[in-house]
Parts: sequence; structure tokens; C-alpha cells
Amino acid sequence: MESYFFQTEKLSVGYDGKPLIKEIEIKLNRGQILTLIGPNGAGKSTILKSITRQLKTIGGAVYLEQKEMQKMSDKAISKKLSIVMTERMNTELLTCEDIVSTGRYPYTGTLGILSEEDRKKVTEAMNMVHALELRDREFSAISDGQRQRVLLARAICQEPEMIILDEPTSFLDIRHKLELLTILKEMVSKKNVAVIMSLHEIDLAQKVSDMVMCVRGEYIEKYGTPEEIFTSSYIRSLYGMTKGSYNAEFGCLEMEAPKGKPEIFVIGGNGSGISVYRKLQRQGIPFAVGVLHRNDKDYEVAKSLASEIIWEKPFEPISEETLNMALDVMKQCKRVICPLSDFGTMNIKNKVLLETAEKMKILEKSSV
Amino acid sequence: MGLFFFLAVFTVWNINSGTIELSLKEIIRIIFQRQGEETAFHIIWEIRLPRIIACIVLGGALSVSGFLLQTFFANPIAGPFELGISSGAKLVVALLMISFLQKSKTVGSAAMILAAFVGSMISMAFVLLIAKKVKNMSMLIVSGVMIGYICSAITDFLVTFADDSNIVNLHNWSLGSFSGISWENVQVMTGVVVVSMILTFFLSKPISAYQLGEGYAQSMGVNIKAFRVTLILLSSVLSACVTAFAGPISFLGVAAPHLVKRLLKTSKPILVIPGCFLGGAAFCLFCDLIARTVFAPSELSISSVTAIFGAPVVIYIMIQKKQKV
Repeated sequence: MESYFFQTEKLSVGYDGKPLIKEIEIKLNRGQILTLIGPNGAGKSTILKSITRQLKTIGGAVYLEQKEMQKMSDKAISKKLSIVMTERMNTELLTCEDIVSTGRYPYTGTLGILSEEDRKKVTEAMNMVHALELRDREFSAISDGQRQRVLLARAICQEPEMIILDEPTSFLDIRHKLELLTILKEMVSKKNVAVIMSLHEIDLAQKVSDMVMCVRGEYIEKYGTPEEIFTSSYIRSLYGMTKGSYNAEFGCLEMEAPKGKPEIFVIGGNGSGISVYRKLQRQGIPFAVGVLHRNDKDYEVAKSLASEIIWEKPFEPISEETLNMALDVMKQCKRVICPLSDFGTMNIKNKVLLETAEKMKILEKSSV
Repeated sequence: MGLFFFLAVFTVWNINSGTIELSLKEIIRIIFQRQGEETAFHIIWEIRLPRIIACIVLGGALSVSGFLLQTFFANPIAGPFELGISSGAKLVVALLMISFLQKSKTVGSAAMILAAFVGSMISMAFVLLIAKKVKNMSMLIVSGVMIGYICSAITDFLVTFADDSNIVNLHNWSLGSFSGISWENVQVMTGVVVVSMILTFFLSKPISAYQLGEGYAQSMGVNIKAFRVTLILLSSVLSACVTAFAGPISFLGVAAPHLVKRLLKTSKPILVIPGCFLGGAAFCLFCDLIARTVFAPSELSISSVTAIFGAPVVIYIMIQKKQKV
């Protein structure tokens, strides 16, 4: 057996002895981030709670440094593993520093009095998450973003070798989402900890994870690197998306394309058309786009939103054949919009499209 | 520090007040030199002092018991009276007393505590069952109050139908009162409370972890099952002790911990547990003082007084919680 820092073997989790998800196989080393993704209610939290032993596992085994976790003492585990959960807390009147200090719990004596050393570690951890100025603020009175950072500081000063986080970025605005994940990344590389977390933001999961586990249904659907998991078609199927699409290259979501025969033809390219496509989508007008090179940034958005795209191979000049196809489609449309202003060697034939449209008097002068 | 001061002031005040007027000089002489006029000596040593010590010990115990329950249920308005635990204890103690009185025997302090403890645990079992089903804080309290009413009703029933003149005492006790406490009572209760308090104090570290929630506590190495059992046992012993000697006392278990937390500006258990004891003791002395003196020579039940001062605090906590959510 290859040895990993953290490993599960045929792990089954669920409630009241009934398995919800079976045969979970996790293999993770220190310095790696594993992210659990999947639709709401799929059981991401159930898995995390089972690993942290808040829930009894139903079958299989969990290993931490090749030792079975069931056989380890609470105390031994608490020095290796810390958590950031979404639990309701009863923290009336406790300051953020008090909260962070509880992370020193496994290291303090019977009465839990902090030593000089402990205090230093608390300060260090708060500094690491940029929360030092929150020290004396009451924990229940700070914002969600601040609270997550304080909780992360708490987990950090427990000096774990592994941190488990349940949806740490939910309820945070984009700035705080990025900040939190940056801190986490820093933590992983500086202290060489392993991280397992669940995320709803698949775009961020794609960028921050070393490994990704897709949770849906009775078994783990997929376990692999982000490159293996994040393809547009797989994400669509994982979340059972019926409207809109996921763009794996940009890691962004697009709304559903307007249905029907194209009414407007857009001559786009070089990013000039992107805002036009989005506008037309919002107004619910089906449209066609041409001629785009497949490596044009317009192409990625048009792919999701246009009813038809006439495209050319990358780095090739537009061929006669492609131009004719575009002309055919354009002539079917009632109006033409041309946000494109750069006509170079490769897309010079788009000028033919523009001139034809002018002659046919279907070209709109301004954009939509 | 402030709490010590309050406690001291109320203690002196309590010794000093009563139907029989005594000068401070006289009192000091009686207590520290053990000499003085016979009646006064008797009043101080046999009536006022045991009563004051009982007030301190039981008031403190009740307040700490309330704090433990609030921690356990993560519910700021939980308390032994509010959850019906005191009333459960009252019921079993009443049963015991009636059955003993009919055989014209007196009941020992230890037996009283034991009976109260059994009653507490029965009520507690119901509360825990309900807590499993209802997650809502206020619903839990309402259920507790209901349990309390049921137990009180049965107790009243028993008291009414047990036709013995000694039962008059029982009636006073079942409303809550510190009168008629003997030195023997004081010795037993002090023993039980001191031991429980020491154990509770050593729980302050896991309690601090538990304040963050069960999941966090476990991840810090707290053995949750053992901790929960200990917490329940300790809070039941403490409140049973109170009920056994002074009957059910309302609202003190919620109001005192809350006031202490405000005063100390923290809810760290290592400070709050001793704080609660002192605060509860002071609060109890103050209320007993009023119970004894306002309509002297007739006495109010201690519960009426604690309710007047405690209930507004509970309402205040609830309003505050509403605003936050």
C-alpha cells in the first residue's frame, strides 16, 4: 500500500446507520488541498463530519499517518487536526482573541490557562489571517468575513497537520472569498498542512485545489485533479444543470442562450463582441456570430450564448467557403451589428460581410 | 472584586436586620466573642447565621447550576426552575416528606438531597427527550415550564390531601423559603455544594471549548459524551441541593449568571463560574432580605422576590436575542 498522510478506505458515511455515500477513497498528502464539490444536499458536510468524527462512520476506515483514526484518542487527534465549521455558537461576550485562544486547548493545562508561548502563537495566528485589529472586538458583533478569518486563525493556532473546512467561503463577498483562500494557500505552503474543504464556488475550486472530489449520489462520482474534473460538460452533468452553461476555460457561468432562429447577425472578434452577446442574451434575442477564429476570446462567450457561430481554424485566414457560409446566415437575419473595428490579414474577409450588410441596408449604425 | 463587596455588604445587612433590632456592636460581640444577651445570641447563632450561610451556599449553587444548563443547551434563558427541574425535585421531596411525616419521623438532610436529585434527574430526562425533538430555544423553555406546572400541580395535590398539621411547613417550603434551616442542614449542603463547585471549576476548560459548539469541542479533544453526562449530573446535584432545603427558587438561575457576565464583561468559564457563585449568593441574600423584612413579621416566599427581580432580566435577554437574529 502506498502511504499517504491522510487516507480513507471504502469509507461509508450517513445517518442513523443508513449509508448515504459509500466507498469513499481519499488519498491526500501534506501540502495539498482537496476540495469537495457537488450539488446541495449531496453529502459534502456529511463526509466532512464523518472524517472529523462528529458522525459515526458506517463502514470502512480512516487513516491519519497510517494509523486508524477510530483507535486514536481525542487528544492525539486534536493535535493533528483542526476544523472550521458552520456551527451555531454561543459566544456571548467572548472576544475574537478568546475564540482564537481556544485553539490552544490541546496544549494547555487542566484549567486551560495560556502560557507566554501560547499567547505568542495566538498573536501569530491572528496576524497570519490579518485579524490582529479584531483582538478585542466581540466575536458575535463582527462581519461574516471577519468571523471566518478569526475561525481560521483559531484552527491555525491549534497547530494542526491537517485542517478541515466546511464551506468556508459561503456568505462572504468576493474580496473576502479571495482573501480567505489566499491565506489558506499560504498556510498550506508555509506550514505544509493538508486541507480538506467543501466549496460551492466551482470557479474557485478549480483554481485553488490540488485534488477534487465530486460528491453526488450513492458513490463518489469522480476523484481527480482539477484538470480532469473541470470540463464544461462534466460540471454540467454533476450539477444537473439544465439552463445555461459552465465555461471550463474561463471558469465562469453563462446564462442560457436565447432560443429560436437568429434574428441578428453580429460581426465580432477580438473581444469586441462580448458585451453585445451578453446584451442580446438579456433581451432574449437569438443571434448568430461570424466569422470568429476559434482562438478568439469572443468565441468562448459566443459558444454559450449564440444560436449559431461561423468559425475559422486558429491562425488561418478566413476561407472563401467559411465566408459564404457566413453570408448565407447573415442574409437570413433582419439586422446586422458590427462591433468589430480591427480588420487584419486573418479576418479581412469580415469586411466583405460588413460591406454586404451595408448594401442590403440591414446594418445598424450604433450597437444595440 | 465587586462581587465580593456586594456579598459582604448584603451579609452584614442581613445579619443586622430582622424583627428584633440589634446594634452592629452587639452583633460583632456575639459573633466574634460569643457572648451577649441570651435572646440576641440565640437569634444570631440559631436563626440568622444558618439562614445567611444557606442563602450564600444555595444562591451560589443555583446560579452555577443555571450557568451549566445554559452552556449545555446553548440557551441563555435555561435554568433549573425554567426547565421544570426544580419542580421535579420538589415533587419527589414532597412525596418523601409526606410518607415520612405520616410515620412521624423526620427526614435527614442527605435523604432530602437524594430525593431532590432523583426528582431532578426525572425532570431532566424529560427535558432532554424534548430537547432532542425541538431545536427552538423558546420552545424548550415553554416545554420546561409545562413540566414544572405538572410537577407543581401534583405536589399541591399531595400537600392538600395529606392531612397532617406538619404539612403547613411543607406548604411554605414548596413555595420556596429559607426559613427554618438548621446547622445540620447547613453542614450537609455546604459539603455537597463545595465538592460540586470544585468539580465544576475544573470543568471550566472543556466548558470553554463547548461554548463554540459540540463539533469544535470534540476537535479540541473533549470527550463529548463524558462531558455532557458530567455537566448534567453536576447541575442536577447543585439545583437538587437548593430545592431540598429552600424549595424551588425562580429565575435566580437565569438572572444571576447573566448579570455576572455583564459585570465581568466576559463569558469565560474560568472567571464566570466563581463569579456566578458569588453573584448568585449576593442576589439571593438581597432577595431573602426583602422577603424577610418588607412585610415583617410575615414573610414572603423567596420565589416571589426573585421573580420580581429576575423575570425582567429574562425578558431583557429575550428581547436582546430577538434583535440580533
